[in-house]
Amino acid sequence: MPEYQNIFTQVQVRGLPEMGMDDDGRLSAERTASAGFSKLVGWLGNAQIGPFYLGWTGMIALATGTLALNIIGFNMLAQVGWSIPEFLRQGFWLALEPPSPEYGLRMPPLDDGGWYIISSLFLLISVCCWWLRAWLLAQQHKMGKHIAWAFAAAIWLFLVLGLFRPILMGSWSEGVPYGIFPHLDWTTAFSIRYGNLYYNPFHCLSIVFLYGSVLLFAMHGATILAVSRFGGDRELEQIFDRGTASERAALFWRWTMGFNASMEGIHRWAWWFAVLTPITGGIGILLTGTVVDNWYLWAIEHNFAPEYTGDFGYEAYGAGGN
Amino acid sequence: MFRDWFNRWVRENPTDIYRPAVIVGVVGGAVVAATMIVVWGQPYATASVQTGPRGTGMSITKFPGGETDPTVEANYTEAPYIPTGGEELAGAAYKNVQVLGDLTVDNFNRVMNAMTFWVAPEQGCAYCHGDGDMETYGSDDLYTKVVARRMIQMTQQLNDDWGGHTNVSGEAGVTCFTCHRGANVPSNVWFRLDPVNEAASGWSAVQNRVTRLSGSTSLPSDALPVLLAGEGAIKVHSLEPRAENAGSPTIQDAERTYALMNYFANSLNVNCNFCHNSRAFNDTGQVTPQWATALMGIDMVKSVNGEHLAPLAEVLPANRLGPVHGDAPKLACATCHKGYQKPLNGAHVIADWPELAAPGAPAYD
Repeated sequence: MPEYQNIFTQVQVRGLPEMGMDDDGRLSAERTASAGFSKLVGWLGNAQIGPFYLGWTGMIALATGTLALNIIGFNMLAQVGWSIPEFLRQGFWLALEPPSPEYGLRMPPLDDGGWYIISSLFLLISVCCWWLRAWLLAQQHKMGKHIAWAFAAAIWLFLVLGLFRPILMGSWSEGVPYGIFPHLDWTTAFSIRYGNLYYNPFHCLSIVFLYGSVLLFAMHGATILAVSRFGGDRELEQIFDRGTASERAALFWRWTMGFNASMEGIHRWAWWFAVLTPITGGIGILLTGTVVDNWYLWAIEHNFAPEYTGDFGYEAYGAGGN
Repeated sequence: MFRDWFNRWVRENPTDIYRPAVIVGVVGGAVVAATMIVVWGQPYATASVQTGPRGTGMSITKFPGGETDPTVEANYTEAPYIPTGGEELAGAAYKNVQVLGDLTVDNFNRVMNAMTFWVAPEQGCAYCHGDGDMETYGSDDLYTKVVARRMIQMTQQLNDDWGGHTNVSGEAGVTCFTCHRGANVPSNVWFRLDPVNEAASGWSAVQNRVTRLSGSTSLPSDALPVLLAGEGAIKVHSLEPRAENAGSPTIQDAERTYALMNYFANSLNVNCNFCHNSRAFNDTGQVTPQWATALMGIDMVKSVNGEHLAPLAEVLPANRLGPVHGDAPKLACATCHKGYQKPLNGAHVIADWPELAAPGAPAYD
């Protein structure tokens, strides 16, 4: 088989670990000291692991994140009477639930959502510090802040679900439970309670951008892999000496659909599609229950839920239905 | 293993035999499979019934032939002895006959005999009447007899007052066998289980556990007690597009209703769109005819649970009561339906039993 037709990266070049630059002699202080190689990791990406930047933001994020997860986990464990086998058996069913509705925005008892509030606070600190870390790292490298802004889009949806919307609704009970199946129950119940979220136009937009992201990712990934035999995957060479790889890739799409993105533009497309998924989704969630109480009726009001005029087929159905 | 000339020939004529072998195998296997399906038929064929307007996904899909309830065969039935007048009535012939006193002695014994087949085939008469001789059969010492009397009244009421549900698609009715199927205690009775979580209170305490009442989901386990035995409201939708009373009913209420609907679906082996158009669960203008039947079923279950079953907590021994709250066993959809759309395939089980079809003196045709 030709060497470029592979699922995994085939060639792993190893020398001394690349320890990264340290222009002013102070940057290494907040990086871990050691670095190593892993062949397994090399199949998927760069084989070198470490050093990595921790910094004060990373320290706080890891500490508070660990606290939040432990609060969730120990609450689950307490719910099954501290039985490890039951915890493992029912793990996907268990959750740390938000408070009961009667507590509104007050601090509830610990066993009825109090731990949920505490855990959420730690999670909020953790996520925000991790975001700040992305910002500071980009600053250190004199990069644009695109990654931090993209992460902020996801945090917007997270904040809408857990902070903004509960406050507007006047109750922490509106929050999403921390559990595998329970958060899916919440999602279904949320859609049902508010008259079918599929009639929420911002939900529609969010789906467009989500599926659009998938399509763009597939197109871009496939295009680059398809020209890797000409060095299309080697970004550095492509920048200095384009060769023919990116030209072929561009021409393929021009001749396919008359239009092609540029080497820069494709990433702009991907970034906006990805970022708009949680932004539009967050707007849709924020309006649900606060402004619109029944999206189906809202859609009727705005004439985009069709009315059924066809035969309901009840003749056959009423005669037994089996 | 092979002769030299063969090995030499193979060495000198390298041929990729794997690629053609794989291609022939895959294509050949597909041809064989396709031929078998065409000749023998699709082994998992389904049949669909349209339940709503075309193009809306409103249909019920089932495996034909896989729907027959095997316990139908085990049903015991016996035609009544039509009274000609002048027969002695059970109320006069026997002591302490409170419910079936208007039956002739022959028909009374016919019903008693059938009840042993339906409910206590192994224990026989003694299950309710004890080991004494016939003289002692009037005694109410055994709880089983007191419960049985109450269940006869319930059966009569189910057939008489709730015919809109029990006879909704042709005459069917219910007898003891509809629920009991030869067991002392019917399958799929339920007890209150909540709270299901330790170290939690409020909504946290009643959900997120694998229980029979949650149908092995993480939905609330208190849907049946609250919505089919209590006063909780099943409806969770706002009928106004704009938010006016935000947050009421709550998401948690919606989850509990979802748990109840999930229980309905499992009890009848159907899906949401058996009754609802899932684009607007709340809209009663888009439901199927079965929605009204289910609505009546909800009222029926609430009524008989409250009137006949909950009071049995004072009669039943401890081992027949609920594990958490010591409540009486209660019924719901699955107790009769047992996973089938129509209990006992919609058989006309009440045909031979006018004594159980209504309270008072039976009307023989």
